[in-house]
Amino acid sequence: MAASVEVAGLEHAYDTQPVVRGLSFSLAAGGIGCLLGPSGCGKTTVLRCLAGFEPLRAGTIAFSGRVVSSPGRSVPPESRGVGMVFQDYALFPHLDVTRNVAFGLERRTAADRDARVRRMLGLVGLADVGRAYPHELSGGQQQRVALARALAPEPELLLLDEPFSNLDVDLRERLSVEVRAILKETGITAILVTHDQHEAFAIADEVGIMNEGVIDQWASPYDVYHRPRSRFVADFVGQGVFVRGVADSSGRLVTELGELEGEWPPGVAAGDAVDVLLRPDDIVHDDSSPWRAVVRSKTFRGAEFLYTLALASGTRVLAVVPSHHDHAIGESIGIRLEIDHVVAFHAVADPSA
Amino acid sequence: MKYNWNWGILWQTSADGHNSWLMTLVHGLGWTLSAAACAWIIALLLGSAIGVMRTTPSKWARRIGNAWVELFRNIPLLVQLFLWYFVLPEVLPKGMGDSLKQMAPPWGSFVPAVIGLGFFTSARIAEQVRAGIQALPPGQGMAGTALGLTLPQTYRHVLLPMAFRIILPPLTSETMNIIKNTSVALTIGLIELTAAGRSMQEFTFQVFEAFTAATAIYIIVNLVAVTLMRWFEKRVAVPGFIGPAAVGGGAH
Repeated sequence: MAASVEVAGLEHAYDTQPVVRGLSFSLAAGGIGCLLGPSGCGKTTVLRCLAGFEPLRAGTIAFSGRVVSSPGRSVPPESRGVGMVFQDYALFPHLDVTRNVAFGLERRTAADRDARVRRMLGLVGLADVGRAYPHELSGGQQQRVALARALAPEPELLLLDEPFSNLDVDLRERLSVEVRAILKETGITAILVTHDQHEAFAIADEVGIMNEGVIDQWASPYDVYHRPRSRFVADFVGQGVFVRGVADSSGRLVTELGELEGEWPPGVAAGDAVDVLLRPDDIVHDDSSPWRAVVRSKTFRGAEFLYTLALASGTRVLAVVPSHHDHAIGESIGIRLEIDHVVAFHAVADPSA
Repeated sequence: MKYNWNWGILWQTSADGHNSWLMTLVHGLGWTLSAAACAWIIALLLGSAIGVMRTTPSKWARRIGNAWVELFRNIPLLVQLFLWYFVLPEVLPKGMGDSLKQMAPPWGSFVPAVIGLGFFTSARIAEQVRAGIQALPPGQGMAGTALGLTLPQTYRHVLLPMAFRIILPPLTSETMNIIKNTSVALTIGLIELTAAGRSMQEFTFQVFEAFTAATAIYIIVNLVAVTLMRWFEKRVAVPGFIGPAAVGGGAH
């Protein structure tokens, strides 16, 4: 039932303003993909193109090899077998929960419809709210009803547009884990768009980092975090700073925090300047280390401190340190690097830019 | 000021020789209500259709809808009634024009009055319907189509049920307006309530009694209408969304 999704060279423009510029990705049947990017990067437009609400200027969209969108030709949204979940839930306020979920089941027999509604409400853990109206439910419950409603007609593909953005942080994390379990149980293919990386990592098998209308990198959450392909991806995903280094003739990258073994970025020759990505978890507090840094500011996070440290050169780096290491601002502490996979890019003029 | 008050005049036999003057006014009220009701039906049907056209993706439907609203909203109601009554029969082919002019009274005045008032009010209702639909979150329409509904079905089952609930308060005002605006039809010869009051005043010279009685009748009719609309608003209100129940924080 679940469809695979292939998007090739997708372009879209509002009037003359290009929003999506040659975007491609593919997602296997049953996979959960996520388009992650800052606001205005075009991710919601891509979702609307997938749903059939926006015409394409170039490229194709195919579900299971069947082209549903190409310039000038588009299968209407109601015939695509696509379910949709919205940021504001978009439940129908004049219908109770049961009739909301039954909304896409008009063509079935009454008995079939009732059974399907009961199964869907059970699946999302809301078996006993069928008679309630949307406004009587909490935000999390409303979004679960919206999910049940979208899944009820057994779509081949589910699209979720910032589905948890209206919820508070705790609920957002819990619900995204829950929704992933529900999607995996039904085996449906799903594509989510969000600007929240925690949400993306919690729910998706594959994440596409979007920047100005294209996907910079399409990979697993682990890889976009630890093996970012571009400076933008490295910057956007997770915290971190770039530290200047030099590629030396022995094949290593030399920084002021020591030498690192790692692959050189493409196009770098011996002697070239490089920027090395240092994430807060790459820097370990070690009193015996010869490298020292001065505490400039700190944020208490319960289990750990997030320290902002100034290196000898003045460059600032971030470090996550267990919170029993409580150092005063201005104190000099020992640090060393502990990096599994070195991420470096060709240096740009200003490493903080 | 010397004025001979005579409320008894209302029960005296009128110029028709059979009924009282009060019955003359009630008879006028009958025409007021019939004209208002017929115009209201035309206005609601046309207004809804035009309002929907203005929100569809079709460029041509939107243009036609906009043109309709601008045309009928920007010409004074009195001028519109004159156009339907005096001008239309002249610009139609002679046979058709003549048969319009020869319609038996009061239909010769009633039909143009209903059409004029209905079209005039349809432009106002179209504007409200459009605003009501556009007040809904855009996800509502997309949710409908994504669940397999065609565009007309989405309007029928998702957008219009909520849009009409949202615009019930302005629709109530439009109902009052259409009842009051029927008085303009006296200028094309329809003997509705105001015209009946005027004829009573001309025959009896009891101007204050005639128009006080007419005024009281207008007020009572509009109070009944507003009460009915309020009751209807409450009945269909979606708690917590709009209408009186929303103010009270939900009725459940």
